[in-house]
Amino acid sequence: MLSWIHIAIPPAPLFFAQLLVGLINGAFYAMLSLGLAIIFGLLNIINFTHGAQYMLGAFTAWFLLTYLGVGYWPALIIAPIVVGIVGIAIERLFLRRIRGLDHLYGLLLTFGLALVIEGVFRQQYGSSGLPYTIPDALQGAESLGFMFLPIYRGWVIVASLVVCFGTWFVIERTRLGAHLRAATENPALVQAFGINVPRLVTLTYGAGAALAALAGVLAAPIYQVSPLMGSNIIIVVFAVVVIGGMGSILGAIVSGFGLGLIEGLTKVFYPEASSTVIFVIMALVILVKPAGLFGRAS
Amino acid sequence: MKRLAALAGFAAALVLSVGAQAQITKDTIKIGVLADMSSLYADLGGPGSVMAAKMAVEDFGGTLNGKKIEVVSADHQNKPDVGASIARQWFDQDGVDMITDLTTSSVALAVQEVARKENKVLLITSAASSDLTGKACAPTSIHWMYDTVALANGTGAAVVKAGGDSWFFITADYAFGHSLQNDTTAVVQANGGKVLGSVNVPLNTADFSSYLLQAQASKAKVIGLANAGGDTINSIKQAAEFGIVKGGQKLAGLLVFASDVHSLGLQTAQGLQLTEGFYWDMDDQTRAWSKKFFDRMQKEPTMAQAGVYSAVMNYLNAVKAANTLDGPTVIKQLKSKPVNDFAIRNGHIRDDGSLAHDMYLFEVKKPSESKGPWDFYKLIATIPGEEAFKRPHGNECPAVKS
Repeated sequence: MLSWIHIAIPPAPLFFAQLLVGLINGAFYAMLSLGLAIIFGLLNIINFTHGAQYMLGAFTAWFLLTYLGVGYWPALIIAPIVVGIVGIAIERLFLRRIRGLDHLYGLLLTFGLALVIEGVFRQQYGSSGLPYTIPDALQGAESLGFMFLPIYRGWVIVASLVVCFGTWFVIERTRLGAHLRAATENPALVQAFGINVPRLVTLTYGAGAALAALAGVLAAPIYQVSPLMGSNIIIVVFAVVVIGGMGSILGAIVSGFGLGLIEGLTKVFYPEASSTVIFVIMALVILVKPAGLFGRAS
Repeated sequence: MKRLAALAGFAAALVLSVGAQAQITKDTIKIGVLADMSSLYADLGGPGSVMAAKMAVEDFGGTLNGKKIEVVSADHQNKPDVGASIARQWFDQDGVDMITDLTTSSVALAVQEVARKENKVLLITSAASSDLTGKACAPTSIHWMYDTVALANGTGAAVVKAGGDSWFFITADYAFGHSLQNDTTAVVQANGGKVLGSVNVPLNTADFSSYLLQAQASKAKVIGLANAGGDTINSIKQAAEFGIVKGGQKLAGLLVFASDVHSLGLQTAQGLQLTEGFYWDMDDQTRAWSKKFFDRMQKEPTMAQAGVYSAVMNYLNAVKAANTLDGPTVIKQLKSKPVNDFAIRNGHIRDDGSLAHDMYLFEVKKPSESKGPWDFYKLIATIPGEEAFKRPHGNECPAVKS
């Protein structure tokens, strides 16, 4: 019934609106896959706890507001710091012990941790999620001619672009980034130059977790603050990372935004496939270019 | 030889079933709560449904004719194959006699096929698809609390009569969403309205903005949300963000549970009209039971959870009266009496297996009207069972097809 609507080309305004909406989802994919790429690049760990860290970021914002009356803007800074510290603790307590082992161990460990964290929150807060309102300054919507863009969603795109560019800049263009990249290539040598590699690794994992938490705070006013929010998005984000190339910063950013767009268009042309399209692309990329679009074959 | 073995097996089964009919030969009576325990529907049924079943067993006395009554539960993860294989194991190996809750229509439909083969009782309280008592109806299943026909006759009809005569559906892309859309479409058209379009959205979607924009562009007066649980919560929340209601379109949440309203908050949910079969704050009876539930769960019950209590209690009474666990006999016993308790008012079980009872059209209060954290609804209308569960195009269920 009414299947014509799925194949009809939408009118131009609706088309642009859909592109923009896709870009907003892409912003979240980009921010999350960025953190994953950094952690994989330096620690060689496939961090399945990333979704839980994203969820923790949103919950920290909710805790701050509900119990301490601390609003959205401070939460944007505090929540990533808190979750970053939790991340550092996870690295010190768990991940350090499996360093040098096969990828599989890291994957299983972080996946298990994610299940535990999410299970505890679900037990405590249920599955429906908790409300978190958009901050007053970003309430309302702006008419762009072809659509009403909620101001908050516009802010998400801007914030995400700034974060992505900033991270890329730090890693590719600064001295700290140079140390990081060097430690990825040859930790023993970098250590010999007097740089504390284990500390670098710990801080990198903390920074990756903080990035996830920042995305979580940004997501809180759009979605419910829900224990399930991380596990819903993490699988998609992994596909994004694989498509972009494991460990590639630029790949994570470009494929994050790009796949958001493709998913957005799928929602118009064939909505039934919108939850699978990214995985189809992932399968194709693995077949044609196993290292990912921006990855280097090892 | 093969035929002989089959015949012998048949004879043995016959003897066994006759034996079962005479009296209860097992040591324990087992009630299975099969639900979504961890995902988007867990708050509307889930652990709360398990608690409701346990409360019913407790209030019944914990034993029946000296046999212990036990509640078992499992998570079907909203996957029909998982649900069906749990049900098969429960029936074949674990000796479960009745399964209830059964959130998620696709799972309920799959489990119903298992139960049909085994002649086991299903009392479905949380799934919605009217196909369960329509073309897929089974002789040992009863749809206990509500179905998509009742939701359509409640919310759908009320919205059209209030002037919302053109519709666009945002539909959960599986059995439940399609049933709800079809049944609502029938009611909308019967009341002189028309449907301008629809979009099928995968189950458990986080971002609805794309679909909301399509609904907005359709210029329909009403956007019908043929989804549930977390999906409904996200649609309503994001519709507010995109100024859908401010732009003059109306949202019709076709299946909204009290747990959804709790999650959304009244600020976002206010003014929404919805149909439920039970609300905790209706009268002294509902409040008395809900208080007991609240003391254990720290939240008020949804209609699905109240339905589980009612189903389990009525089941145990029927087993006691018939003095058997044999599926068809228990169902016959259940159908022989009207159902009337704190959760179900003026109920009777029809031949197609649907429990027709009073349904209620509610409107969500404004924050200023609400007196407490769970004070959500004001009653707009009570819809008598016969009217609420009446199918506009008749029923395809072979048991009642004329």
